[in-house]
Amino acid sequence: MIDVKGLKKSFGEIEVLKGIDEHIDKGEKVVIVGPSGSGKSTFLRCLNLMEKPTEGVITFDGRDITSLKDKEIDRVRMRMGMVFQHFNLFPHLTIRKNITLAPVKLKLMSQDEADAKAEELLKRVGLPDKAEEYPSRLSGGQKQRIAIARALAMNPEVMLFDEPTSALDPEMVGEVLELMKQLAADGMTMVVVTHEMGFAREVASRVLFMAEGYVMEQNEPEKFFAEPKNQRLKDFLSKVL
Amino acid sequence: MGFIDSFKQNFIEQDRWKYLLDGLKTTLVITAFAVLLGMLLGFLVAIVRSTYLKTGKLRILNALCRVYLTVIRGTPMVVQLLITYFVIFGSVNISKTFVAIMAFGINSGAYVAEIVRGGIMSVDNGQFEAGRSLGLNYRQTMLYIVMPQALKTVLPSLANEAIVLLKETSVAGYIAIADLTKGGDIIRSQTFSPFLPLISVAVIYLIMVMFLTSLVGRLERRLSANDRR
Repeated sequence: MIDVKGLKKSFGEIEVLKGIDEHIDKGEKVVIVGPSGSGKSTFLRCLNLMEKPTEGVITFDGRDITSLKDKEIDRVRMRMGMVFQHFNLFPHLTIRKNITLAPVKLKLMSQDEADAKAEELLKRVGLPDKAEEYPSRLSGGQKQRIAIARALAMNPEVMLFDEPTSALDPEMVGEVLELMKQLAADGMTMVVVTHEMGFAREVASRVLFMAEGYVMEQNEPEKFFAEPKNQRLKDFLSKVL
Repeated sequence: MGFIDSFKQNFIEQDRWKYLLDGLKTTLVITAFAVLLGMLLGFLVAIVRSTYLKTGKLRILNALCRVYLTVIRGTPMVVQLLITYFVIFGSVNISKTFVAIMAFGINSGAYVAEIVRGGIMSVDNGQFEAGRSLGLNYRQTMLYIVMPQALKTVLPSLANEAIVLLKETSVAGYIAIADLTKGGDIIRSQTFSPFLPLISVAVIYLIMVMFLTSLVGRLERRLSANDRR
């Protein structure tokens, strides 16, 4: 579904991604872990072109998306949901509007259809009574669940999660992870950058370890945690587990 | 001469109060239209500037806008007014009030532009990214997500800019417009008593400014009361 070849990304002089080759299949749940500054967020953000790759090719559904025009990039992004560390809900809009804005403005749904979809999604994320609230009235965990609902409203084929629980108070991490597990069980293709090793172990079909701009090691979760080969990964795991 | 006689002389005789009333009307007309023009120009310039800063597009327009901002903010208002009247519109027969509206509007636009640009840039970039990640294009993201939030932040500053402009128009007399200030000055030159006419002019400005300032204060309180961030 997503194919990455020779992906490099530099910010000015600093090369953050130094050559990544990766393939993500439909239905896979890829969890990316690694120390901060390893380029894992940048990698994720390259997948929906929030960052423009400096070099390399990303193919989505057989189509090279790195050389697309702005308009076509927008079309690709409609098919990829993204969830941010800091939620980025729109503070001037109600929860309902947060969820329905994009599908309505992009003419994918009428306001009525989008409202119905929002209602269904709010039930799914366990916040059916919050439609008319503003984001500031919600807790961090609730905000992130709404952010997930907002992304789902576009009926995406892939969901990208950029450290979705890193900005949450510890007691709210669980509710967000629970929702993500549900999503995974429903068959969504997911790419998740996270520090939640428990989530990786339980949900991932594959875990990638990134450091210094490379994917240093990857494996199915059991082997990944039980038999790490790379020395950097061993050090990393000994610190986080 | 007592106060009452002086009052009569300055305002009642020969209907001199009309200088003030007509002047006030002129001042308000110039201010109102200049504010509108300034807002329009300011928003356009701010959008060009922030589009350039965010995307690197509109390079040439951005350069033009920067020249505009530098020139307007780097030269005195009175000089701009004189140039507009005697140089730019020097060879055409045109209403002085119109010239003043152009000059003050173009001047105000530069300040509005920087206020609005500041507001746009103050909206967290995550808001912009969230919009784009959903597939909204640049224009839609600015229109539905960034601008409403920026506008809310800068509304009080914009209102203050309008108040400043009201006072700035007092130099309209330089191109012989009979605005409020000029009206008071005409009375002074006829009666040779400076105190009452000039103080009255000052008081009228002060009342208007205090009234508008209290409106801005109320606006600010309302904005912060339902601040939903």
